[in-house]
Parts: sequence; C-alpha cells; structure tokens
Amino acid sequence: MMEKMIFGRYIPGNSFVHQLDPRSKLIFVFAFIIIVFLANNIVTYAILLAFTLFVILMSRIRLYFLVNGLKPVIFLMAFTFILHILMNKEGAVLLDLGFMKIHEEGLKQGIFISMRFLVLVFITSILTLTTSPISITDGLETLLNPLKKIKLPVHELALMMSISLRFIPTLMDETDKIMKAQMARGSDLSAGPLKDRLKAVVPLLVPLFVSAFKRAEDLATAMEVRGYRGGEGRTRYRQLKWDIKDTMSLVLLLAVAATLWLLRN
Amino acid sequence: MDIKLQQVSYAYSKGTPFEKYALHDVELSIASGTYEAIIGHTGSGKSTILQHFNGLLKPSSGTVHIGDRVVEAGKKAKELKPIRQKVGIVFQFPEHQLFEETVLKDIMFGPMNFGVSEKDAEKRARELITLVGLPDNILEKSPFDLSGGQMRRVAIAGVLAMEPEVIVLDEPTAGLDPRGQKEIMDLFYTLHKEKGLTTILVTHSMEDAARYADRIAIMHEGKCVLTGEPRALFADSATLAKYRLEPPRVVRFQHKVEQMIGKKLSKVCLIEEELAEELGQAIREGRAEQ
Repeated sequence: MMEKMIFGRYIPGNSFVHQLDPRSKLIFVFAFIIIVFLANNIVTYAILLAFTLFVILMSRIRLYFLVNGLKPVIFLMAFTFILHILMNKEGAVLLDLGFMKIHEEGLKQGIFISMRFLVLVFITSILTLTTSPISITDGLETLLNPLKKIKLPVHELALMMSISLRFIPTLMDETDKIMKAQMARGSDLSAGPLKDRLKAVVPLLVPLFVSAFKRAEDLATAMEVRGYRGGEGRTRYRQLKWDIKDTMSLVLLLAVAATLWLLRN
Repeated sequence: MDIKLQQVSYAYSKGTPFEKYALHDVELSIASGTYEAIIGHTGSGKSTILQHFNGLLKPSSGTVHIGDRVVEAGKKAKELKPIRQKVGIVFQFPEHQLFEETVLKDIMFGPMNFGVSEKDAEKRARELITLVGLPDNILEKSPFDLSGGQMRRVAIAGVLAMEPEVIVLDEPTAGLDPRGQKEIMDLFYTLHKEKGLTTILVTHSMEDAARYADRIAIMHEGKCVLTGEPRALFADSATLAKYRLEPPRVVRFQHKVEQMIGKKLSKVCLIEEELAEELGQAIREGRAEQ
C-alpha cells in the first residue's frame, strides 16, 4: 500500500529543469502560484496550460508521475467543478435537465478552477520530482537567509525540514512492518465497523511513536558525537550556483506573467 | 498443516515504474510437522517469501496453498484471518510490535483477536511467560520498561499465545547475546519436538540451520534454488559457494581435519557434539590399526 505512493518523490535526471538551481526553481514555483490567478479567460488559461506543458516537456518527467500526483486532489477538483456547475446561474442555459439547469458561466468557471488546480499540482510536482529534498532545503535556507536579521532560526528550520523529509520513507517502512506484525496477530485494519477499526489503530500508533522517539534520540546523539552545534560558522559541501539558465527561466516566467496581464479581461 | 508454493512470483510496487521482482517462480513445499530452514544471503527474497505463508502478501502470479486454503494471484482472497491464527509469524525484531500497557495485555492481544475469551487468553499468557523464561511478576509491568531481550521474549509469547499450528521465525535471535540466542532457539526446538509444531526458520545462521532443521531450502536472487536435507546440502561446499553461502563452522572444521589426517570421516557432522564423537571414533580406529 505504502510503496505505491509516488507523490513527492524525487526522480533523478539531467534535464534542463533538473539542472536549475533550487533557488530559482523555488522562486519560480512561488511566483507561478501567484501568476496562476492572473488568468481569467479562455486565452489566458490556454497560455497557462501551454506554458505548463512546455515546462513538463523541459523536465522530461513522464506524465505518469504527474497524473499520480493528481490523485490526492482529484476529489477536490471534482467537488469544486460540480459546485460551480450547480451554483453558478449566470449566462445562457446550456442544458436543461428539468430539476437543474447548467449555465454557460458555471461550466466555464468549473473548467477554469479545475484547470487552475491542474497546473498548480503539475508545477509543484515538477519541483519535487526534479529537485532532491536536500537541494530544496538548501535552496530554502539560502533564500530565507535575510530573515536571520530578525532572529528567525533559518538554519534550524531548514535542518528540521530536511530531517523530516529524510525520515518519511523510513517511517513508512516502519508503519508497513508494524502493520504486518499486528495483522499477523489478528488485528484487522480494513474490515469491521468504524469503532473497531479506530481501535485497531492503537496497536499501530503506539509502536510507531515509540520507534520514532527512539530514532530521534539516536539521531541527536549521533549528531552531537560528530560535533554538530548549529548553523553558526558552518560551511557547505554543496555550493549552490546561479547560472544564466536560472535567470533565463525567471525572465521567461516574467514574460508569461506580462502576457497574461495584457490579455486578461 | 502443509504449506505449498507453486510458481510464486512477487513484485513490489507492481504496475509502477518502480516495479521490482523479489520472487521468481518459487516452488516450495513444507510438510506438516517438519522443521524447515530457509537460508540465503541478504536480498535473496527470504523475508518476502515468509509473508506469503499467512497471506500477508499475495503472489503476483502463482498459487499458495496453506492447509486447505488457496491464495491465488489475481483472485480476491476472502477471510484470511483464520489462516493467520494457524500460521504465526515472529518477525525480525518482534519487540517493535509491543504496544499494550502491560505485558499480560500484550500477550492476550493475539488470542483475543481470534475470539478466545479473556479468561482463556489470560491463562495462556500466564503459562507462556514461564515457558519463554521470564518471571511471573513481569506480567503486570509495562513492556517498555523491560530490557531488549525480555521484550523479545514477551513478543514471542504473544505469537505463541495464538496457538498456531505453524510458526514462522524470521531471524528470531538477531541482536541477542549468545546465551539468549541459544535459549530462544532451544525453546522453539522443544516446542517443535513436543507439540509437533511445524517450524519455518528464516536465517543467516548456517549453524542454526544445521543444528535444528530437518530440511533446508536455499534462496538465491528471488528463486528457491535448492532444497534438501542439511547433511547432503552442507557436504557440497562448491554449490553453496555459488549461492554466496558457506557451510557451518563445524563442517568447515571437519574439512580441515580431514585434510590434515588425510582421511574422510564416515559422515558430515552438523553439530559439535556429533563431530567430537566421530573424531573420537576415528582416533580409536587409528590406534587399532597401528
């Protein structure tokens, strides 16, 4: 069950997008999230979609992974789509089913909102699929560095983030193992009334917490033994390098944003 | 209860680009009442195969017969729970599965899941705690206050409390001190002998396989490459080396002695006691000849 989770997984590669500096990718994604809201008619949404497809092409990530990333939000997408169709009463009636009418504006808005979800999920998935978790945290740490002036513990936050990312697969393995051990002892997580199923979670969670705490303690000891004492004066093995490509990709995004701004209603 | 695997293959992450076969067309049958050891080096598919013995994993292709139940690839297997009562698995580091407030409750967890009454489950727990070599008063303690070795024993008692007909052991002694290792292995051997418990031991230890098993199956790169009796299997070092295994210490020692004295002993000895006797015999014969 756990092994099928592909969302948030890093896929090594050597495409244009893979080669970009994590900082430029992070800025790109944050900017893109804002830019998405500029689109408000058919032309602008078409541009947005075309641009997203272009980025996908550049990343050479197989569509399979992106579609998989959609799975967690597909329900949300369907829900907002249906809500728009049911609630929006503007524009001409496209279809009269007697008990309800589908209006032009409703259909349009429904499609637009789903599209917004689609491009957002695709672009953010591309970020996590093409950037190793370590580079993401490295990039985030450097980007947030100015905030150190206002006493924000940037290094510690970045470290916390990389540690949690590092332990997600470990904890998933652990969950799988404990689940199997309890199933072998007759615990049933997938059948029976809700009350029983909730009760069956306890034998899973208690050992999981115990081992997570133990791991945390071991990790803290191991770090201390190796002389870790926070971010002060710490040098880096991996140096981030801002390239012409990074500037180019941000300029391109800016151009897209400008086009959207001009063409929107 | 017989367990039979026919052409069993298993792939992790099936249907995704991460698909990876851990088992290829495994043929294996384990007769009721035997002590079977499954050996193989790391990554040979040992741990994957054992999860097929009680339906925790379903084969990607092939069939698994567990007693009169059949788990077949592609078909929905209903009600696997009865199988799980009959085939108990002691996983690697089973102490990680403890969760209850007291040792007693944790041991009772298994049997009560299978509908055993609270009274009977408690009775079983009280008997088993002595059997696994722990004092009675430990039952009221929290399992998290115990030492690693004690936790291991409690976890083993928790599986035995289900009164399975087949017990599957995955490296049951990993990380224990030598004395604890011997005590645990002897406990399972006694249960096997006295109660006729079918025992499947998955292990790295050739010594344990040699000492306890009636039959041995060798796993290599997801295939079951060889099965047979330990004496025959361990006599053939060349074949073992092919599967990146080596015979137990006793057998290696015997080979060296045979080279030194330039004479073959009458049989391959699997345990120290046997070898000592054989050597004594050989020495006496040697004296008689002189």
